[in-house]
Amino acid sequence: MARVPRNRFLVPGIPRYSRSKIFAKKALFKRKKDKIPKAVPEVKTTKTVQIKGDKNGGERVVPLEKAPRFYPAEDVPRPKKSRKVHKTTKLRSSITPGTVLILLAGRYNGRRVVFLKQLKSGLLLVTGPFKVNGVPIKRVNQSYVIATSTKVDISTCSLDKFDDSYFKREKKPSKKGTEEEFFDEGKEQKKVIPKEKVDAQIELDKQLCASLKKIPHIQDYLRARFSLTKAPAK
Amino acid sequence: MTTENRAFKRLVEVGRVVFIDSGEDAGKLAVIVEIIDHNRALIDGPSTGVARHAHAFRGMTLTDLVVRGFPRGAGSKIIKKYFDKEDILIKWNKSTWARKLDNRTRRAALTDFDRFKLLKFKKQRRFIVQSEIAKLRKNK
Repeated sequence: MARVPRNRFLVPGIPRYSRSKIFAKKALFKRKKDKIPKAVPEVKTTKTVQIKGDKNGGERVVPLEKAPRFYPAEDVPRPKKSRKVHKTTKLRSSITPGTVLILLAGRYNGRRVVFLKQLKSGLLLVTGPFKVNGVPIKRVNQSYVIATSTKVDISTCSLDKFDDSYFKREKKPSKKGTEEEFFDEGKEQKKVIPKEKVDAQIELDKQLCASLKKIPHIQDYLRARFSLTKAPAK
Repeated sequence: MTTENRAFKRLVEVGRVVFIDSGEDAGKLAVIVEIIDHNRALIDGPSTGVARHAHAFRGMTLTDLVVRGFPRGAGSKIIKKYFDKEDILIKWNKSTWARKLDNRTRRAALTDFDRFKLLKFKKQRRFIVQSEIAKLRKNK
């Protein structure tokens, strides 16, 4: 027979017995509480100060931080500290370094790209490579991706410099409310890609293309855009 | 068969090779050993890995192939002998039916990259064929 818990729920959230009732039922008062005392690091709260003057006793123990002179008359409710922790995103088992993915959303949808690694934020680091199909080094969420069974060797690629901070955007100086804002409205400034990012892309493309060259037709494959047709290509 | 039947090409008869559609042996060949009633037959496929068992006619499809010469209700060993002697498996693999089945399983097993390569090769073939045709047309 399956064991029924003594304290079952009457309705979800409301248990049959209170906490003290369970304490009595389980006879927890008979149990000895042998807790291991937590090692509390000693924090200094006071200091001894030399006092001048003959009748002042020479030295005195003084708290490090003075007690506030005033206390708020009313309690201010404080928000609860959140104990939630972000778990690292679990990578789909079909996605391993070197897997060819198909992007499903955004500007590059339908593009086949090479998966490089998973970043700390859980996003996937991918590249076209840019030289082959124009997809730069970018991050994508794995939900917007189809994994294919095709794999490419990426052991020759050095990926250490690519992390989430690599993709941080530079803050624009705000021009709000100034004269410049008024006059600059018409002209759109062209976005300039920093040189080190261009170089990083070229470097990575070189490394990746070296291994792509070993697989016939794969560059054409990466260049081709994925789409669904009425009858899948036979 | 002594009397010739023109209306039907494939008959339920002892020795008829059948293609099994349902059950754990689906997709394999077997031979009718004995006809049990108008619903079922005893079939056996010692060369194709089908155990001797009764199978409903609606769970099988008759093929053009027939194994001649063995008596009704013969044992597995004898059937294997006759089955192999007539090269039934070789004949079957040559048939359009078997080739289509094979094609289908191969197509299903293709990956995205394979399908792309297939598309590319077909394009290449088309280019060669069509340019040759165009040449012939021009010369005519």
